[in-house]
Amino acid sequence: MKYLDEYRDGAKVRALARAVSDAVDPGRGYAFMEVCGTHTMNIARYGIKRMLPDNVRLVSGPGCPVCVTPQEYVDRAVALARLDDVTIATFGDMMRVPGTGASLTDAKAEGADVRVVYSPNDAVDYADGERERRVVFLGVGFETTAPTVGRALTRADERGLGNFYVLSAHKLIPPAMAVLCESEDLALDGFICPAHVSAIIGSGAYEGLVERYGTACAVTGFEPLDILRGIQLLVEQVNEGTARVDNEYSRVVKPEGNPRAQAVMEDVFEPADTEWRGLGTLSASGLRLKERFTGYDAFVIECEVEETRVDGRCICGRVLAGAAEPHDCPLFRVECDPEHPVGACMVSSEGTCAAYYKYEQ
Amino acid sequence: MDSDEVIKMGHGAGGRLMRRLIVDVFAGAFDTPELAVLDDSALVSAEGERIAFTTDSYVVRPLFFPGGDIGKLAVCGTVNDLAVTGARPVYLTCSFIIEEGFPVADLKRVVASMVAAADEAGISVVAGDTKVVERGAADGLFVTASGVGVFPDGREPARRPVKPGDAILLNGPPAVHGIAVVLAREEFNLTAAVESDCAPLNGLIEDVLEAAPGIAFMRDATRGGVAAVLNEIAASEGVAINIDEASVPRDDTVENVCELLGYDSFYIANEGKAVVACPADEAAGAVEAMRRHKYGKDAAVIGRVEEGKPRVVMETAVGGARILDMPLAEQLPRIC
Amino acid sequence: MCLGIPVQIKELMDDNLGRAALGDVEYTCDLSLIEDPKVGEYVILHAGYAIERLDEEEALETLAMFAEIEAAAAAEGE
Repeated sequence: MKYLDEYRDGAKVRALARAVSDAVDPGRGYAFMEVCGTHTMNIARYGIKRMLPDNVRLVSGPGCPVCVTPQEYVDRAVALARLDDVTIATFGDMMRVPGTGASLTDAKAEGADVRVVYSPNDAVDYADGERERRVVFLGVGFETTAPTVGRALTRADERGLGNFYVLSAHKLIPPAMAVLCESEDLALDGFICPAHVSAIIGSGAYEGLVERYGTACAVTGFEPLDILRGIQLLVEQVNEGTARVDNEYSRVVKPEGNPRAQAVMEDVFEPADTEWRGLGTLSASGLRLKERFTGYDAFVIECEVEETRVDGRCICGRVLAGAAEPHDCPLFRVECDPEHPVGACMVSSEGTCAAYYKYEQ
Repeated sequence: MDSDEVIKMGHGAGGRLMRRLIVDVFAGAFDTPELAVLDDSALVSAEGERIAFTTDSYVVRPLFFPGGDIGKLAVCGTVNDLAVTGARPVYLTCSFIIEEGFPVADLKRVVASMVAAADEAGISVVAGDTKVVERGAADGLFVTASGVGVFPDGREPARRPVKPGDAILLNGPPAVHGIAVVLAREEFNLTAAVESDCAPLNGLIEDVLEAAPGIAFMRDATRGGVAAVLNEIAASEGVAINIDEASVPRDDTVENVCELLGYDSFYIANEGKAVVACPADEAAGAVEAMRRHKYGKDAAVIGRVEEGKPRVVMETAVGGARILDMPLAEQLPRIC
Repeated sequence: MCLGIPVQIKELMDDNLGRAALGDVEYTCDLSLIEDPKVGEYVILHAGYAIERLDEEEALETLAMFAEIEAAAAAEGE
């Protein structure tokens, strides 16, 4: 069994979509936010929105690392890439994110050594084989990815690789969700909680949110059956007038999460006040390397970072927070399109603006 | 530096970036009616005889991969560019730009591969050129091929207006070549047995033309994937195309690799696949003809042409719908 | 930031590594984040690491639930 295809069964999906539509009260609106880029991707990939009644609104939140990475981080990565002895190793997702002047793809075209890797371990192996180069791994991603980068770093440490570095932009999801709940702009009924972030932090991580803000939560897998089921659970919670953490993705997510992965994160990283593109600086919402690992911290490497100039007209932040739609942005389609993205919402192929651009042609 | 002023890898990926480059830098400058059409081959005439004339260059890393090599790609790719216009390929020329230090034994292997492909396609290689560049100035070997094809018995080119109601056919699973090459590069610690689908399709196409003389359009899908070709057809013909995801042939191994790396198989390169648009009443016959041929065993009708805005919509296997748009640049493995 | 695919552990190797498979595609993945991994188990692969194990019993129960929903819908349709 693959435990993948079975959750994409067309007949079951159609049956479940009908069941969800039946459960929806035509007399009210429902607004659910997904906070994971993979959910945004798959909702689009499987055409989920078209299966639901119009009064169920799916809002894309700040769950894509591409979208929430501050421009300044890209500028710093580009500056490091331009150093002669530096190799940038990165997940593919980051390559086209626009910095103030250039993206990593642009830097590569100019001659910078920028490599796409699938795993942070690939970057460590590369560093091992090229001792005269400083290899900087771009640590982007949420709690799903941070433990893998943490472990890659301890592997580098065990092998005594003084030429391996991590530039951490890791972020934590629950603090961002809390900020969204606090926002007055937003009228959310519930969250489609991330699948694999939750595998690490546990479904219990959202209990505090539910208690404080009364928002319905459903930890949801990524396949179409999972997504529809997660939405069904949220619809039921809203109809009942209750709020709790439902766990649709029980085959992977436990209430306590993965303690081993959590331990790796705690060993290598500590929480830091961190800037989220469009949301501003949120307290204790990101991860930085612990002092013990300063020798591997790429933020310590001196380089000339281009002065970050953000296009003030870009409203990505509000779009990411679900408070505005692409049409509200003066740049949308005029100066900002998939070939010339200004903000991150247009870079990621399923970022909110890119998706709207595509679907409304 | 303005990021539009230097060439990036994406400019060679068969998507929107590349198209813009071709239009802005090349087609506009050369300014011929044939180039303006941007077809697989130019349909020109010499002394009143219609011929198809095309050129293609091949750069691939690694040069040798399961199912083929740069030489086989050169012959098959050029043959296919001619065959999809309905021409019968007859002659090829090829030029080699060789890096200093390249082993002659490897060169002989490439040539042997080309001989085999040329034999299978029934074409002759009639001229060539050789250049050597200094170490580092080429990735081992670059090959450029040009090809000429004829239209026997006054056959018309397979270029008629594509109309709502026409069927869209594909001769087999997408993404096979691209994944074979990704695996051969050994960058991702993935192991799987995938052989490139690189093949000369002129034989299969002759069979299809016989079974479906009303064929409106054919194009071989290369970089940019099947999605690029579908979008090109929709745009140039001004039609909407509707694809039924469940009907598209799948190679399980290829799809599994795509899952792991986060690739969309519709956007990954092919070297032995043709997208065909034909009248609905000829579709069954055309698919039959493809399936009888070794390069079309898994052929299927994958969609249909409809009225509407020029775009490609895919009905997903689970009953939803998504837009399959023109790729921008090359696919990158992702974790999001 | 969550693309993770269920793969099956085929072989345990030294240094917390393991050979895992999705169909006939194999990958050498890092098992450091899994407590006591076993051959035959399914794990979720993300960025080259197994980030959590998949509980087959739960998986089958979830699938059974979806099958029930399908059956109920079919019954209604009659």
